Amino acid sequence: MRRDQVALLSGRVGFAFLSPALAFIILFLLFPFVWVVMISFTDRTLLGASAVSPQFVGLDNYLALFNPARWMRRGEFGYSLYLTLIFVAGSVAGQMGLGIVLSLLFFRREGPLKELMYTLVTLAWILPEAAMAFTWSAFFERDAGTLNAILGWFGLGPYDWLLDYPLLSIIIFNIWRGTAFSMLLMTAALGSIRPSYIETALVAGASAWQRFRDVIFPLVRPQFWTGLVLITLWTFNVFSPFLLTQGGPAFQTEIVAIHTYRVAFRFYEFGRGSAIAVVVMVINLLLASVYLISQRRQGVRS
Amino acid sequence: MRLVRFVLARIGFYVLVVLIGSFFALPLLWLFTAPFHPQATLSVQLPTEPTLANFAAVFRNTFAVRALFQNSVIQAGGAMILTTLVASLAAYALARVRLPGRDVLVYVLILFSSVVTGTAAMVPIFLLIFHMGLIDTHLGVILVFTGGLLPTAIFIMRDFVAGLPRSLEESAMVAGAGSWQILRQIVLPQVRPGMMVIAVWAFVNVWGGFLIPFILLRSPEKMPASAATYSFYTEAGTPVITLISAYALLYVLPALALYLFVNWRYGFKFFGGIKS
Repeated sequence: MRRDQVALLSGRVGFAFLSPALAFIILFLLFPFVWVVMISFTDRTLLGASAVSPQFVGLDNYLALFNPARWMRRGEFGYSLYLTLIFVAGSVAGQMGLGIVLSLLFFRREGPLKELMYTLVTLAWILPEAAMAFTWSAFFERDAGTLNAILGWFGLGPYDWLLDYPLLSIIIFNIWRGTAFSMLLMTAALGSIRPSYIETALVAGASAWQRFRDVIFPLVRPQFWTGLVLITLWTFNVFSPFLLTQGGPAFQTEIVAIHTYRVAFRFYEFGRGSAIAVVVMVINLLLASVYLISQRRQGVRS
Repeated sequence: MRLVRFVLARIGFYVLVVLIGSFFALPLLWLFTAPFHPQATLSVQLPTEPTLANFAAVFRNTFAVRALFQNSVIQAGGAMILTTLVASLAAYALARVRLPGRDVLVYVLILFSSVVTGTAAMVPIFLLIFHMGLIDTHLGVILVFTGGLLPTAIFIMRDFVAGLPRSLEESAMVAGAGSWQILRQIVLPQVRPGMMVIAVWAFVNVWGGFLIPFILLRSPEKMPASAATYSFYTEAGTPVITLISAYALLYVLPALALYLFVNWRYGFKFFGGIKS
């Protein structure tokens, strides 16, 4: 028997220590997971008859979501999925791209400039979203906003960002908000490369691009894919653009998280809201499986 | 030739740094200038006569003060204490009890928590809290946040517990100390840094959290600062910029201070790449 298999806690005490955590996880994670599926087959609402005794409606909620006649109309589920697809693709590309560029710029460099940059990017990530969203709505504002002021120096604009380019605006906001993760991840990944590999490439006379393509990137590919999948999963569930646009104007930024909120809480149609939530969870589950499979592959390879 | 290339590379480096740095810094400028401007607008103007009058206005607003200094503190503090305690106990138990497949268990748990997100679970969470009679209570908000943060907190805490030498606990056990005694007198002092990390992380998460209080709370008296930021409007429906800017800055400060403290004290470390 391995030493660390000897129990320092008896099963009984161990269970007592674990039980509060178990209670929380069962109540707030497992139970909602099961319950939301059950609600999605009913016509449950907050008030009225269907709140007290919701009726089983079978697949009605799902059929309504995917009704081909209307699901791609503005403000409907299909349209919000389509917006989410663009939002996620843009955010992930921007965050990964900026994260990689930043980690490479400061690769094997230390000093106050790096400190400053990393602090800025990290603060954008950890400061409260409500305050950051308001700060960004000031930044984007048509007449007084900083962005248009700067573009004005170059004779551009003014643009009404949140009204005329709402989806682009929330993508930019989200890139700003989330780049820190990929930057920190890729910095950690680059830090684990043996210096000798890069020196060898330098001695061999490889250009910067060749060094990146042939030496650096292959070595950090696992972290790259990990980051890509995790950011995709998180971005798919992001609600904070709500603070910038409330899903508008005219549903043009109503990504899935905001759509779920509007259906479930503006009209308190819990049955339909739950059906959306179930679809969201299935997509989450697929993304999480992609992540697991990629991790397993890496485990086998190393 | 080599010199030219070197100079070009340096120029390229600084151009990129300035461009990216501006992208991250410029949006924040407003937050640090407007609060001190007597007639703050949405534009960035350096206040020629900096004033604290906007902050004074915030402090005269009972709703604003209560949201920030009472409700946010209760909710973030409560969830912080609960998450830290429950996660520490669980992480310790997981490290010291014989349980087949415990690593897989934690791993599955954490993935599961990124599948059942706030977005996916807002309806059942709302109904659950509704049936528990905890709608519009601090406790409801605290419980839901704790449930959401726990898997990651346990995951982070395991790293700290796993590094503990077993010998101390073994000798204490031989000397006849009970489990609770061992936990309090031997384990706790050693995992304090880990508990600090969880506490700071949980606090910052709840402090900035918007969706959960937004759904679970109704009365203005219970709203935390995250929701209150959006409620300073004139009767005509235009936002009161002087008030909002000062309020947003006050609201951001604790998170900013905690980041600077952690960065200075420990270096901003990265735990398996998990934020929330």
